[in-house]
Amino acid sequence: METVLAFVIGALYAAGLYMMLRRSIVKLIIGLAILGHAANLLIFTASGLTRARSPIIPEALSRPLAPFADPLPQALILTAIVIGFGVQAFALVLIHRAVQTGGTDDLDKMKATDT
Amino acid sequence: MKILLILPPLIPLTAAALSLLSWRWRSIQRVLAVAGTAGLLGTALALLDQVWRKGIQATQVGGWPAPFGITLVADLFSAIMVVLAGLTGLAVAVYSLASMDARREEHGYYPLMHTLLMGVCGAFLTGDLFNLYVWFEVMLMASFVLLALGGERAQMEGAIKYVTLNLISSALFLAAVGMLYGAAGTLNMADLARKLSHVAESGLVTTLALLFLVAFGIKAAVFPLFFWLPASYHTPPVAVSAIFAGLLTKVGVYALIRVFTLLFVQDVGFTHTLILVVAGLTMVTGVLGAIVQNEFRRILSFHIISQIGYMIMGLGLFTLPAVAGSVFYIVHHIIVKTNLFLVSGVARRLRGSYELKRLGGLYQACPGLSILFLIPALSLAGMPPLSGFFAKLSLVRAGLEGEQYAIVAAALGVSLLTLLSMTKIWAEAFWKEETKREPKQEAAIEPEPRASWSLLLWPIATLAALTVAMGVAAEPVFTLATRAAEQLMNPADYIRAVLGEGP
Repeated sequence: METVLAFVIGALYAAGLYMMLRRSIVKLIIGLAILGHAANLLIFTASGLTRARSPIIPEALSRPLAPFADPLPQALILTAIVIGFGVQAFALVLIHRAVQTGGTDDLDKMKATDT
Repeated sequence: MKILLILPPLIPLTAAALSLLSWRWRSIQRVLAVAGTAGLLGTALALLDQVWRKGIQATQVGGWPAPFGITLVADLFSAIMVVLAGLTGLAVAVYSLASMDARREEHGYYPLMHTLLMGVCGAFLTGDLFNLYVWFEVMLMASFVLLALGGERAQMEGAIKYVTLNLISSALFLAAVGMLYGAAGTLNMADLARKLSHVAESGLVTTLALLFLVAFGIKAAVFPLFFWLPASYHTPPVAVSAIFAGLLTKVGVYALIRVFTLLFVQDVGFTHTLILVVAGLTMVTGVLGAIVQNEFRRILSFHIISQIGYMIMGLGLFTLPAVAGSVFYIVHHIIVKTNLFLVSGVARRLRGSYELKRLGGLYQACPGLSILFLIPALSLAGMPPLSGFFAKLSLVRAGLEGEQYAIVAAALGVSLLTLLSMTKIWAEAFWKEETKREPKQEAAIEPEPRASWSLLLWPIATLAALTVAMGVAAEPVFTLATRAAEQLMNPADYIRAVLGEGP
């Protein structure tokens, strides 16, 4: 399973980077989003996969039954997803405004501030 | 629970919340801006005093013991950085009262400024890598909006580059955090410091170290990852530029110094040599970029990059005097760079432009302001007896002791080139005859009430006085920096403060 996920993550990174290298500003944002998901999946995989055992403490016990999934990476991913959602929402508004004021969605034409 | 550790993020949070509640009343927001940042500076000084007297302070928010709880730690380096955040915040808040336009104030400039300071202080005080990521994001979100607030075309273009590159850096940081957790099973920095030495695959640790180097390197704007900085820092209003220039990249530098003194010290010969090479290239490319520029704020932006090189040069040398030099340099740089940006704002107000060819005759018009520019400018170049001289002296001495002559030569050469481009600003903006104004420019200059001028000039004068004071009384500041470096170079105290006297 780890091997499959490793390939999925690699494909996501590749797709994200490819999208970011395109000239269209919308694809840039899509690329950023994919990159964020790739990072989330990477945390999920790197911290070890455990099948069908949630870290919930059964009644009458004081700790979960032995092989259980590590809850911390799940918490990390959840936090990262929430942050990523906020950032992407902002980025969408930003590119909308940038297209409005600049009149173009071509990144190659946004060079006024470059040095 | 040590309240002083929690207050630095809490005060800006409260100020931001209160400012949001008084959305319609700008006068209340303006009072809160000064009160909040002054409160932050006050508590930061109290925290520094406490850390100085009692050693490293740590607390677990929520009451769970480390390494499971939310750890806040303040060693001297963190405390110094929080003081600088408060100082920059206060100076910029006062300056904003007179320089920020009504539209941006109405659209939430002050709450955003507080949120930015909260993120910065949180990043300085956290003892957990994932929390560091979260604080980074808090800070970045506030900075994204501050950069884009106002919606001018240049701002939009700058903001897109800034947002994109910072998000890439965040994604890399997050991936590195995930893999580090997979390798070591913890993210508490003190706990990691203990466990990383037991991780069997040392190659994996070095790879992770490099991932962190790239992620923080983008945020700190080191060579070759700095292109977002000169493309964006000159676009927002000058008060925003000043707080960005003073604080944001320094959070990246702080994170670099923290992880490369506490966590990744297994393969110093490789990682720190790489940092040293990067430091040299950062210095040189930054200063060369500045030389070809002809706009006040763009020149200053490129100088930020070249100065970042000096800060991580101390880290790359990785000896006690070198790291002390880095800490001293950061203190000096934040004060001086914020000040230079604030001066550029005054010049723009007097002449209606940041372009050097349109500026001119400022020395005749206001000699006082010219002196206030000259102090931080010469300090940046490293003229004795100002703070920059001692900062560079300590780094160069550490370099000579470490027999790294190439980096010393780079540091000295870059110093001269810095002086050259500061002289260029001096000659063009201040010394040159006043250029003929076009009628359009004339309209941009409004007559200002006297009170507004004093609000602009007091922060500049205070920061300039601090630069002089740090130069004249370098000894106490240097003692402070050395003590901070001692704590950084001996992580055992840090680990003990967080985890207690465990195994």
